[in-house]
Amino acid sequence: MLIKRTGDIPNSEVTPQSVYMNRRKFLAGVAAATGAATLGARSVSDWLEPARVLAEGTKLGPLVKSPFSADEPPTPSKDVEHYNNYYEFGTDKSDPARNATKFVTSPWSVSVEGEVNKPRNFDIEELRKLVPLEERIYRHRCVEAWSIVVPWIGYSFSVLAKLVDPKPTAKFVAFQSYYDIKQMPLGPRAGIALPYVEGLRIDEAMSPLALLTFGMYGETLPNQDGAPVRMVLPWKYGFKSIKSMVKVRFTQNMPPTTWNIADAHEYGFYSNVNPQVDHPRWSQATERRLDGSFFGKRIKTLMFNGYGDQVASMYNGMDLRKYY
Amino acid sequence: MATAIKSPACTTGWTCENITKGAFRLRSNMKDLSRHINMRWLKPPIFLACLAPLAHLVWMGFHDELGANPVEYITHSTGTWTLVGLCVTLAMTPLRRILKQNWLIRLRRMFGLFAFFYVSLHFTTWVWLYSGFDVHAMIADVYKRPFITAGFTAFVLLTPLAATSTSGMIRRLGGRRWQMLHRLIYISAIAGVIHYYWLVKSDETVPLRFAAVVAVLLGYRAIHYALQRRQQVAAAKRAGRESVFSS
Repeated sequence: MLIKRTGDIPNSEVTPQSVYMNRRKFLAGVAAATGAATLGARSVSDWLEPARVLAEGTKLGPLVKSPFSADEPPTPSKDVEHYNNYYEFGTDKSDPARNATKFVTSPWSVSVEGEVNKPRNFDIEELRKLVPLEERIYRHRCVEAWSIVVPWIGYSFSVLAKLVDPKPTAKFVAFQSYYDIKQMPLGPRAGIALPYVEGLRIDEAMSPLALLTFGMYGETLPNQDGAPVRMVLPWKYGFKSIKSMVKVRFTQNMPPTTWNIADAHEYGFYSNVNPQVDHPRWSQATERRLDGSFFGKRIKTLMFNGYGDQVASMYNGMDLRKYY
Repeated sequence: MATAIKSPACTTGWTCENITKGAFRLRSNMKDLSRHINMRWLKPPIFLACLAPLAHLVWMGFHDELGANPVEYITHSTGTWTLVGLCVTLAMTPLRRILKQNWLIRLRRMFGLFAFFYVSLHFTTWVWLYSGFDVHAMIADVYKRPFITAGFTAFVLLTPLAATSTSGMIRRLGGRRWQMLHRLIYISAIAGVIHYYWLVKSDETVPLRFAAVVAVLLGYRAIHYALQRRQQVAAAKRAGRESVFSS
């Protein structure tokens, strides 16, 4: 049993408000307020509240610990920040960290639409504050047979879904990434159709494990890891977890997904981690855990990446060889 | 080395030269510098340059710069340098003919052996670091995964070439047979490129570049061979006619 389900919420460190704020905005606010001597720094921050933006690498907090966290040591953050599949910023794993540094993630909004009663456009700051942020340490298994352990920060996607009130006709959820060739000039060379699209069955999206993610390692997401908001679906191969999300659409029919379009034979709609179903070009029975040791260690891959207790029931009676 | 040059296998190129004279317009007017080039001075720096990719890998390893997944990095790096080595080896003959620099051929064996050196590192990385000596997994991989089948084929085909690279082996096999055997490098290079092409997930730019280089290098040989054949046939016809007249 790798998942702790203790349910207790230990005290987490409270980050001071001054650190929490973006410093540049803070200073700009102070400069703007110099005329109004009655305003103190604190009220300036309140005044700036709607436009306040958290820069990359800003500390997030306070964080609630999650019972879904894996009891495994996280991969060193430098590895998670410099080993990325984010084809909009280049296809080599070292490319995104280099090419995404100037990616503009503010202003940012996420449109939630489709088969819902209350479609809405959420500003990123509003979205970040819907409910207290949790830290969840998840195993993350790439279809390329390597894996990492990441302390993500966010809350269950179901929180957002409930807010827009899906209609009974909503059977699937489609996600779309940001794409702008000016900011992502390597996009046309990615070899996959962009913008990147992904999808889930509605019950999968409503699983408490499906994490709407704003940060990792105590801070806001680095650009190359999907800033400012992404999905994390720990029981599926990594490519299902869409990055830099701009649109969520509830649909009646199964939505198209990027890698399935690129090669349906190799990437199915479900793409649940499954050691018994090999990728046509390599075995999925084992994975290389990138744990900070020199070569990492080769370990056996677990069904549903070890999250069977939470998700296996959704696939009862399904032939997972057919629905890979 | 000198023996290799004097062996009949290696001189066929020169005799063909006469037959195909004028067939390639891109031939330079440069004089053959063979007399002026001392291999004893030329080879050591080239040998060291060929070791640079490995030295770089080791340096990166010691400075923790191989990234989050060093096994993958080492695999890709040694694989890429194998293909570079094969392309350089295959470029020696066309360059020698086009630039009229016969001394270039004396570097071919070293480049070929370095290609084999890097493919051995690549193979060892796969066997040891990637597969962890799991024989069953490796057999399954070679059998079930077309890209590994292609890569394994390319490696296996190169081993007899490395084993028969010595001057003694050339003598023992005889130039013609030795040359026939060493044409396996063509198949090995094609298999190596296919191996790379089948491995990548979407961005095929780099494997396609290697494919283009190998296509040009092998295409040159095909054209050279075709022209040579044509001229041989024409020469034979001429000879035939002359013999008719003379009789």
